[in-house]
Amino acid sequence: MAVLTEEIRNRIRAEFPKYPNRRAVTLPALHIVHEAQRAVSPEAMKEIAELLELHPAEVADTMSFYGFFRTPDRPLGTKRVWVCRSLSCMLRGGEELLADLTKRLNSNVGGTTADGNVTLEFAECLGACEQAPCILVNDECHGNQTQDSVLKLIENK
Amino acid sequence: MPRFEPVLLKRIDKPNSAALAGYRADGGYTALKKALAMAPDDVTNLVKDSGLRGRGGAGFSAGAKWSFLPKNHPGPIYLCVNADESEPGTFNNRILMEQDPHQLLEGIAIACHAIRSNAAYIYLRYEYGRSYRVLDAAIKECYAAGLLGENILGTGFKLDVRLHRGAGAYICGEETGLIESLEGKRAWPRIKPPYPAIEGLFRKPTIVNNVETLCCVTHILTRGVEWFKSMGVPPDPNNKRDQGSYGPKLYCISGHVNKPCCVELPLGVMARELIDVHGGGVWKGRKAKAVVPGGISMGFLSANELDTKLDFEGPGKVGCLGLGTAAVVVIDDQTSMVDVLYNCCRFMSHESCGQCTPCREGTAWMTKILERIRTGRGKLEDIDLLYEVANSMGIIPGTTICGLADGAAWPVKNAVTKFRGEFEEYIRSGRSSITPAQQLMAAH
Repeated sequence: MAVLTEEIRNRIRAEFPKYPNRRAVTLPALHIVHEAQRAVSPEAMKEIAELLELHPAEVADTMSFYGFFRTPDRPLGTKRVWVCRSLSCMLRGGEELLADLTKRLNSNVGGTTADGNVTLEFAECLGACEQAPCILVNDECHGNQTQDSVLKLIENK
Repeated sequence: MPRFEPVLLKRIDKPNSAALAGYRADGGYTALKKALAMAPDDVTNLVKDSGLRGRGGAGFSAGAKWSFLPKNHPGPIYLCVNADESEPGTFNNRILMEQDPHQLLEGIAIACHAIRSNAAYIYLRYEYGRSYRVLDAAIKECYAAGLLGENILGTGFKLDVRLHRGAGAYICGEETGLIESLEGKRAWPRIKPPYPAIEGLFRKPTIVNNVETLCCVTHILTRGVEWFKSMGVPPDPNNKRDQGSYGPKLYCISGHVNKPCCVELPLGVMARELIDVHGGGVWKGRKAKAVVPGGISMGFLSANELDTKLDFEGPGKVGCLGLGTAAVVVIDDQTSMVDVLYNCCRFMSHESCGQCTPCREGTAWMTKILERIRTGRGKLEDIDLLYEVANSMGIIPGTTICGLADGAAWPVKNAVTKFRGEFEEYIRSGRSSITPAQQLMAAH
């Protein structure tokens, strides 16, 4: 049984005309699969490789370079929350924010809450330093966070 | 002194600043019309004459870069827009993309006409989800309005602009790392030459330009070279290599100031003015101990170097690497430089792509030395060791392929030189400044 649905395959195929070769669709394809399945499995890598006319090792090589993508041994929760730890945020409490979240969510950094709802990560500079400390929920940035505001934000997203 | 009227940020904070209708009502896309009536080489020469230098960090002449493309090339020629803004402290591209995407798209179209390209890729860091959605909508508006696609503005010019999302890697901001990543590979920077203008994306001639650089192009077309050169700092007649620092610049101010912000000013403003006037002063009534002049990879200004002009030449005169992204991060006098430097080293160690041994090992080694110092187990000779490691990695000593290592080395070199006494005192005291939060982060 194929692990990539026809819908996912069609979304990947829709990227083909944007590039002169299929290899360039590697990152878009990984994003599509990762978003839908919360990880990219070796089987999915193989199927992506077939679609892109690549060797599975080429997809694995690219994927492993970007710390962004998860494998099925540690899949993403429903929401992915990144807390910035780079300089501007560190100077305004970013690390304390992250440490507090590990306690309140009872999850370590990089881990997922027991109910599978929230994956907690550290991020390097999110590019919103004027709003430090800032966090990213999935791919939306939220600035000027406090320990209480982050929890509210996570609940409401 | 009259208040400077912003140009790049002029439309920010307008209602619906991202919409095409409003952009056109404010005179948008007239620069493109003007450019399309000119020969491509004339546009390149205009940008060259303006003295526009790349805003992404390297400060290379944009017009000169364009003119390096091979003549009479059958194509395709590509434009890559570097929207992988990831240098800690930097957020000006994000504001430009979220608030005024058409200003960028017009600059892209003008640049593509000048370099004879029919295909542009915007390499956007994944974390900029809002920028992605705003740009995606703006690009669709352009196709519907005949500003992208076939026969743009009835001139026969054809251009496709595509958005490509990254996956959280700082190295993709290095132009050949960006190209490798776009091609679907790990973002390992290429050995140069060949430079991208000769052999770049998909092995075709390619120009990589920063978002802010392309936004400047739009205004150079509308307002002209004289206008652009009326701002900034002319070349130092005693320095033959100084090409001058012209035009407006977006300065980012963050860290320990009362009003962190992004402000547009003529190139050459002093760090002190940015902090006191635009950033509302150092927070909590404290004083600045150190200031990052242009993203952490440029190093540090000490408290008595705050009158340094932040143009392309200024930071170098006080031992910093350069202007970088003009992102100023203020560090107050209650903060330990050991902690600050550790943060910088940890970032670079995390983001080193691993291709060149001196960078991969050097960044990790420096981070470990600082971990040791921060747990109270440092030795005085660690300070010289840090300097030695930093001094042997990078393009400048000739040991790495790209400049990430130089950017990793510079904060170390500046910190242990300009704040040596503080490092010595810290080590001698044998104390540990690690808070529980930092202890947690040290494990990652």
